[in-house]
Amino acid sequence: GSGGFRKRKHDNFPHGQRREEKENVNPSSALMTSFKSFQLELDTRHDKYERLVKLSRDITIESKRTIFLLHRFISAPNGEEILNESEVKLDAVRQKIKQVAQELIGEDMYQFHRAISPGLQEYVEAVSFQYFIKTRSLISVEEINKQLIFTAEDREETTNTTSDSHDKQPHTWSLKVTPVDYLLGVADLTGELMRLCISSVGNGDIDTPFELSQFLRQIYDGFTFIGNTGPYEVSKKLYTLKQSLAKVENACYTLKVRGSEIPKHMLADVFSTKTELIDQDEGLP
Amino acid sequence: MSVSDMFAALQGALGQDQDIREEIRKVVQALEQTAREILTLLQGVHQGPGFQHIPKKCQKAREHFSTVRTQMESLKTKFPSDQYYRFHEHWRFVLQRLVFLAAFVVYLESETLVTREAVAEILGIEADRERGFHLDIEDYLSGVLTLASELARLAVNSVTAGDYSRPLRISTFINELDSGFRLLNLKNDSLRKRYDGLKYDVKKIEEVVYDLSIRGLNKEATVGAGGEK
Repeated sequence: GSGGFRKRKHDNFPHGQRREEKENVNPSSALMTSFKSFQLELDTRHDKYERLVKLSRDITIESKRTIFLLHRFISAPNGEEILNESEVKLDAVRQKIKQVAQELIGEDMYQFHRAISPGLQEYVEAVSFQYFIKTRSLISVEEINKQLIFTAEDREETTNTTSDSHDKQPHTWSLKVTPVDYLLGVADLTGELMRLCISSVGNGDIDTPFELSQFLRQIYDGFTFIGNTGPYEVSKKLYTLKQSLAKVENACYTLKVRGSEIPKHMLADVFSTKTELIDQDEGLP
Repeated sequence: MSVSDMFAALQGALGQDQDIREEIRKVVQALEQTAREILTLLQGVHQGPGFQHIPKKCQKAREHFSTVRTQMESLKTKFPSDQYYRFHEHWRFVLQRLVFLAAFVVYLESETLVTREAVAEILGIEADRERGFHLDIEDYLSGVLTLASELARLAVNSVTAGDYSRPLRISTFINELDSGFRLLNLKNDSLRKRYDGLKYDVKKIEEVVYDLSIRGLNKEATVGAGGEK
């Protein structure tokens, strides 16, 4: 009767049977207790990772905006103002990086490196672009890291940190950009410089392209010097870098050859058609 | 500083990195060799006569673990101790393999799950990150999952060898392990992928227990070897 029915039900639903067995497992056994602590440990680690990913995304977005802002520097008459604004933006980015540094107190940075690496690279790109516009030279990795040492003086701005700042908490936080992150950021910078070169010709600026090709050549030489010592990503960027350099060199070539023949006010037109040609070439397989 | 100086400095740093990796790779290769030897030794338990020699094989395996400890000791000296996760990938695989082997030995000896602390001790490393070269929790769990599939195999082979009680004990053990893993919220990573395989091991062992039950062979095991067929 009903017993047979029950039995058949069990046969059809082996899962039900399994769940019954599960209940036999003593929830307070040594094994279960240790897995409960594993659960806590893994959840804590994943939460931290997610928070860092979010911070990294914010850093990326703000850095990208700074770069767009800096591209306006060339054409705008109020250059000083834009530089100041970019500085304010970069300070905001550094505040985010400070939060990253605080998350990483007492942690092995490399454990969470994959979460923050994209943001750091974008920051390197933004900060080195600004540095180039200001000084026409390449910012060093030491210089970048110097700006990423934060002290507790900033506490007025973030009052909530005072509540959990005990004696054991260090009063400085720092984050170090790794050589590889720096290299990848600088490789991205060359793309921005190429854009800067093309647009500066559009504005009738004849000196900047030559300066830029000089600078890009130095960076390219540097990357070839590193060659395959670095990780795979660096070698991959080398290819794009070569293309950027070729574009800038071709631009300089055009300026040199045709610059003497064509009146200055027409140069921009000639140049824009030339760059279009390059772009089309690139589109071909 | 000129651009070329900067890149020269960076190249120097990257070159040093490569040297460290090369050194680590050498030690890891030696560790892999030892792990293979232990595995070969323990594989013996799957063969018929091997079931009688389990304690002896475990003891031999434990002797091999002292080699592991000296190799671990040398691995620790190859890189700065605060950069564990920078080079983690190099020894991750072999460490998981060693966790499995240690867990297997401990299971064969006492039929319990080895704790993280105990594995760390067997391998001559720390359980906590704060205290130096440690055993990452995900590596520990991965090793434990490998143990589960090995035990599924052992359950089948122990029936072939005429040991009908072992599958029942393995079943209890795996079920407890399964409920343990159910507590974890795993991310979509390699550990999760390994965990997804656990249910097939559970299923396999349940099938073995089922086969024994419908033939009354599990009762025979509890009554004793001299029971009716």
